Amino acid sequence: MTDFVRKESARREEDAVCDAVIPAGEGWMEDLEPGQVLRIVDLDGNQAVDTLFYDAGHPEDRYSAVRTIASQGGLYLTTGSVLLAESGKPLVTIVADTCGRHDTLGGACSAQSNTVRYGHETFHMHNCRDTFMRLLAARSGFGKRDLGPNVNFFMNVPVTPDGTLTFADGVSGPGRYVEMRAETRVTVLISNCPQLNNPCNAYNPTPIRLLVWDR
Amino acid sequence: MNRQTLWRKELKPGGKWSGVIGRGRLVRFTARGAGANLAALLYNADHPEERYNMPDTLKAQHTARLTKGHVLMSDNGRVLASIVEDTLGWHDPLGALTTRGMTDRKYGRTTFQDRRNDWLKNGLDNAVTELVRHGLGPRDLVPPVNFFSKVRCDAADGRLHFVSGHAPAGASVALRTEMNVLLVLSNTPHPLDPAGTYPSVPVEVEVAPAEPVDPATDVCVNLRDENRRAFENTWEYFSLGRDLG
Repeated sequence: MTDFVRKESARREEDAVCDAVIPAGEGWMEDLEPGQVLRIVDLDGNQAVDTLFYDAGHPEDRYSAVRTIASQGGLYLTTGSVLLAESGKPLVTIVADTCGRHDTLGGACSAQSNTVRYGHETFHMHNCRDTFMRLLAARSGFGKRDLGPNVNFFMNVPVTPDGTLTFADGVSGPGRYVEMRAETRVTVLISNCPQLNNPCNAYNPTPIRLLVWDR
Repeated sequence: MNRQTLWRKELKPGGKWSGVIGRGRLVRFTARGAGANLAALLYNADHPEERYNMPDTLKAQHTARLTKGHVLMSDNGRVLASIVEDTLGWHDPLGALTTRGMTDRKYGRTTFQDRRNDWLKNGLDNAVTELVRHGLGPRDLVPPVNFFSKVRCDAADGRLHFVSGHAPAGASVALRTEMNVLLVLSNTPHPLDPAGTYPSVPVEVEVAPAEPVDPATDVCVNLRDENRRAFENTWEYFSLGRDLG
């Protein structure tokens, strides 16, 4: 029996102050004010949404996957998970989640890691790390050093008790969403993953929808 | 197998060290007591914006534990270092560094003023201090490998469990550097270690020349196709950068 914690949100789409559709292979980099809530909707199901968070007032302090999982004593992110920066500062809290489990071990694909995982012939293919770097370059003060292990919303990367890392089939579905509340002023960096070599998205990257509420 | 030790250093409990170790060295860590934990961060010494990437390392090798045969990959799909010896079978890549607050809460607050050099150091301050020494800083933090520690994960819900008593006195593990590596070490407890007393285990670091890599037989190159491709990327990097004169 696999534990999934699913929680719906009462927020209404018509109240959102931002509503955007991000196609696969594209990204989004925006700030959230404290208390604002971001919803990511997996429009067609089993998409991977690679996401990083920065303390907007102190961007050297970014989301830390290992600090977050050590703090909560568990690998998976869902409702109630507090996503922490390297310093231990809370950046966002997941407040609703109709998928029930999100990964933070799988990282973001790159041309280089694609050559390792799938073969040298995949080098030309578009990837999340390129989207991240293009968006970081557009904001002053950010660069490649600001990339660290990210969250993969809607991805399922279970670890077995004997220490094997597996890539399981997607656990999401069309219209599933996750919502997170900013605990401080937070810069959010998203790449909607263009990976074509991984069965977890059925080799079919699809658009996501982003909604932001003031509370 | 007459390997001449080039350098040796004992890291006291709470101790830290950083330095550049050239390609082709064997770096052996030996626990001088039971219950050691040595946090290690790795960078390409020549271009530190290339650094150890935990997710790329784990997903390429389908593992959440590190032992002999595994390699530590950079974010450019190359091998920074290979694990060529290991008496334990499990080193933890999932834990973090301890922080000042975590250390104070768990073991009681200590200050240099009160305890002089017996105050209890934390992994984050140790790592950041050493990064700054090399012109880097907090934004350059990567997840550490916590050598000598084992963290088991429940299949159903992903809960993490620190396995106490994993590393006996004398446990050792050795890395072979495949690039010029900036290595940052912190001999501080694993954040998930439930022990209420600060582990006081010295760790010895020893560097010697490594045997040359034989691509046909090397256990790390041949562990899986992914490893071989990461080595190919590394050899390509040195081939392109080598002085032709």
